Parts: sequence; structure tokens; C-alpha cells
Amino acid sequence: MRGIREAFPILHQSVNGKPLVYLDNAATTQKPRAVIDALVHYYERDNSNVHRGLHALSMRATDGYEGARARVARFIGAADPCEILFTRGTTESVNLVAQTWGRANLRPGDVVLATEMEHHGNLVPWQELARASGATLRLVPLLGENGEGGLDLAALDSLLTPQVKLFAFTHVSNTLGTINPAAQLCAKARAVGALTLVDAAQSAGHQPIDVQAMGCDFLAISGHKMCGPTGIGALYGRRELLEKLVPYETGGGMVATVSYDGATWKPTPERFEAGTPNIAGAIGLAAACDYLDSVGREHIAAHCHELGRIAYERLSELPGIRLLGPAAGAERSGIVSFALADVHAHDVVTFADEDGLALRGGHHCNQPLMHKLGLTSTTRASFALYNTAGEIDTLVASLRRIQKFFAGQ
Amino acid sequence: MSPELTELYQQVILDHNRRPRNRGKLPSANRVARGDNPSCGDQCCVYIRLDGERIAELSFDGSGCAISQASASLMTTQLKGKTAAEAQTLFDEFKQIVTTGEAPEEMSDIAAFAGVSAFPARIKCATLGWHAALGALKSEPVSAESAADSGLAITTETHLD
Repeated sequence: MRGIREAFPILHQSVNGKPLVYLDNAATTQKPRAVIDALVHYYERDNSNVHRGLHALSMRATDGYEGARARVARFIGAADPCEILFTRGTTESVNLVAQTWGRANLRPGDVVLATEMEHHGNLVPWQELARASGATLRLVPLLGENGEGGLDLAALDSLLTPQVKLFAFTHVSNTLGTINPAAQLCAKARAVGALTLVDAAQSAGHQPIDVQAMGCDFLAISGHKMCGPTGIGALYGRRELLEKLVPYETGGGMVATVSYDGATWKPTPERFEAGTPNIAGAIGLAAACDYLDSVGREHIAAHCHELGRIAYERLSELPGIRLLGPAAGAERSGIVSFALADVHAHDVVTFADEDGLALRGGHHCNQPLMHKLGLTSTTRASFALYNTAGEIDTLVASLRRIQKFFAGQ
Repeated sequence: MSPELTELYQQVILDHNRRPRNRGKLPSANRVARGDNPSCGDQCCVYIRLDGERIAELSFDGSGCAISQASASLMTTQLKGKTAAEAQTLFDEFKQIVTTGEAPEEMSDIAAFAGVSAFPARIKCATLGWHAALGALKSEPVSAESAADSGLAITTETHLD
């Protein structure tokens, strides 16, 4: 896509004497100039605390922060800005639901349903909630020895009993690259009266999201995985659900009245944002939304999915490679994980770094999934809007060199 | 290949990775511990048969990168016959080598790991097996059958040590 790479200052550098090829986008994406400028502008011109000041800078900061909330709402198709809570990221968003909705509503005998492909961030909070509440956590199985079959939808139908109070699932798997049929999954859950939480960490920056069309009750995103700053993310929740929830944290900013004996809470969303929020982060996140929409998320999705498809095809030509996730020809995101027969992922990543490639090696916060697939780690290449098909050539050439080195011992 | 990478993947390391020594469970072990590296999922289990104060036999298993596997393999060749105190001294020297890149001349094979110092992210790979071995030496006596049980001593690599 034309003009995209120019917008990302960090891409124009050499690493170990080679042009940087950044393929670790599922871990975090790079930031366009527009996002960096928004942060600098805020700190140079508008920095002040929000909501409590009457002076010019405080009003500007408040407008920027609340404008960012409205921008994120529009970005994901939420009906109302008050349905957007700013958090540190997807993990905090999931924990917020577990600690507020979960603690108030789950009883022994209830079931929380998740899937076998969840990131630790959408698995461990439910394990802990189940332990604390006496509810049971069940998992929708993953099909195929390489996870190529996706979620077992027939099993999902039998798992979705009236005891299921919440179905939490990832939109796009951060290891497999699988794109789950989110709207279909939400509809199935709704049919048995279960709420849904969608982990959109890996999808929000790469494809259009419309929470109303999807039909989810909660949706969690991370700013830094969608070209925004680190330390900012959001939780979408349907207004009538949020209004019933007790606060997550208490303190300044979220109270209506306080006496020495107690306090009353502001309405949503302020009720859930105790203390001074990440104002700059929210403003940077809004700039990221603007940037991604200026490129067009339909275009970004088509580009990233095409790179994922090409990478899968090209990598499958390597001897002794085991590729995870959707098979050749099937729809996949721009995330491709693989294991080489005789070279551990850490050694792959160290060697590839010498070729200027940024890859990730490890369990990708998916330890149970790795265990299920009989692996301890994989190497992962993940693409964003600024990557090119030429970078896949660099990746494949580097992997061939690595295989040659380790075969020649 | 860069000089740093050549230094990291020395022949002796590649050899131990390809043909690990003393790999597998030790049926007669009476001390066992596992080292975990949570950042990558690497695991290394070390089995020791302690005879009096001295390590009579030892072995390792687990999964990990070339550096962690070679390091654990080489370690098993170095610790046989040592006491716990001698093992600790040898580990202190090893840690010095992998963090500073400087190895005393008499250190021979272990000195091959000096190249790790140019890759700080890989130091934990090199020390994983050693931490498991030292954990095993400090642990309570066990039978080898119970090695996989929850009573296993576990040392966890962190970013803070």
C-alpha cells in the first residue's frame, strides 16, 4: 500500500546492518507520525488534569480525553461514548469484567465458557474467577493437530447450556491466526441467555469492528496493538450492563459524593475510571483510530490477510516446517506461527535478528495451547499494514540460512 | 555470520545441542528439580544421585533452545563427582563467563559460553539447567518415580535476578 511506510518513522532504520523487517506486530505495532505528533502536541500544548479544572488547559485536556472516548466508540461501532471505559489494555479490560460483573453474578453451578485458543489474558482471569465464585470454567475445543480446524462448533452447541452465564472468546488467535466467526458465536451464546466478551486485541487494528453488528456484550482492545500508545486500551460494554455494575477501583474521579462514612458513585463511564486517567494515551489512541480509518480498515484487512496467506504458502515450502492455524487457502489473519524440526524458536529469532528481522519465539502467552499441540514454543511472524510481500522473501531466505547452518553441524 | 553469532554458536555448543550428554531421566536419582523460564516456556529437569556429599550421577531432560540444551548437557559432564559447594563455585564462575564474556584459561569447555554475553536476552537460556541442578542439590531427597509429582522443587527464571 502506497505511502504507508513513510508514515512510520521507526521503520526507516537498520538493525545489525540490515534494513529493519518488523514482523512482531501481534506483540505490538509501530506508531505512525500522526500518533506520535498527537502525544507531543498534548504534552507541549494541552497537558492538564481532566474533569476537575475550570481553566483553559484543563478544558482542552478534558475535551481531548472525552473526544477520544467518542472516537473509540465510533471506531468500534458503539452506540454511545459512555459505553467505552478506558483501561490499560485488553488484559485489564477482561479483569474489569471478571472482577465486577463476574463477582456480582456468578454462583456455584454457573459456567463460564472460553476456548482452547485463548491468550492467557482471556483465560487466567476466568480461571481465578471460577475458583473464587465456585463457578465452572469450560473450554470450546480446538480442532486439528495444528489447530487448523478452528473451534469445534458442534461441541460449542452442546457446551452452550442454560448454565453458561458468559462466553469469552478471542476474535483472532494471537498464535494460530484463526479468525473466529464472532457474530455467529455471539448469536449462539445469546440464544441460551449467555453474555459474550470478545477479545479483539488482535483484530481491532487490522479489520473493521462493529460491536452492534457483532452482537457482543463486552469487547476488549489494546491501543498499542492498533498503532496507538502502550498503556491505553478500552473495554466496550453495553450501557445497561455497565450501569448495573459496581466500581472496579475506587478513589478520586469516580465518586459523586464522599463523606467520612462513605461515598456514592458517578454514572458510567467515570465510575470505572478512578484516579487520573491516561489522558495522553487516550488522545494517542484516538489519533490511531483516525489514522487507521484514513487508510481504510477494509484495505488493511485485505492486505494483512493476503500477506498471511503468502507467508503460509512460502513457508510451507521449507523442509521440516510445521505450520499452525488455518490450512493453505483458508481464511487467516496476518499471523503465522511455525516450528522448525531441528531448530528451536529462540535460536531462529536470534539468527533472524542478524538479518534485521524482528520475529517472536516462545509460547506467545498460549502455554496450554502449545501443550495441546505438543509444542513448547513456536516462531511467529505477524504482519501489519506497513509490511510488504518483499519482506516475506527476506523471512524465507533467513529461515533457509538458519536451517542450513543447523543442518551442517 | 557475524562474529558475535559465530562466538555464540561455537562448535562445542552445537555439538552438545546435537548430541546431548546424559539426557533423560535417571532411574536412581535421589534429588530432582526443574527449572522454568516463563518468558519462553523452556523447561529443564535435572536428576541427581547424591552419594554422601558427592554427585555420583546426574542427567537432564526438558526442552529448549540450542543454548539451554547445550549448557545443561555440558553441565552434566562438569558436575559429576562434585559436592554441592563445588557445584555452586563452578556455577558462579559460569555465570561470570556468560555475563562478562571473560573466561579464565583453565576453564576449557565451559568457556565456550563466553559468547552468550553479547546476547543478554540469552543468559537465562544458559543458566536454566544450572539453576535446576543447584535447586536439586538443595532439595529434599526423593525417589525418581516421584520426580514428576507436584513435590518437585521448581526454580523460576525471572528478569530480576
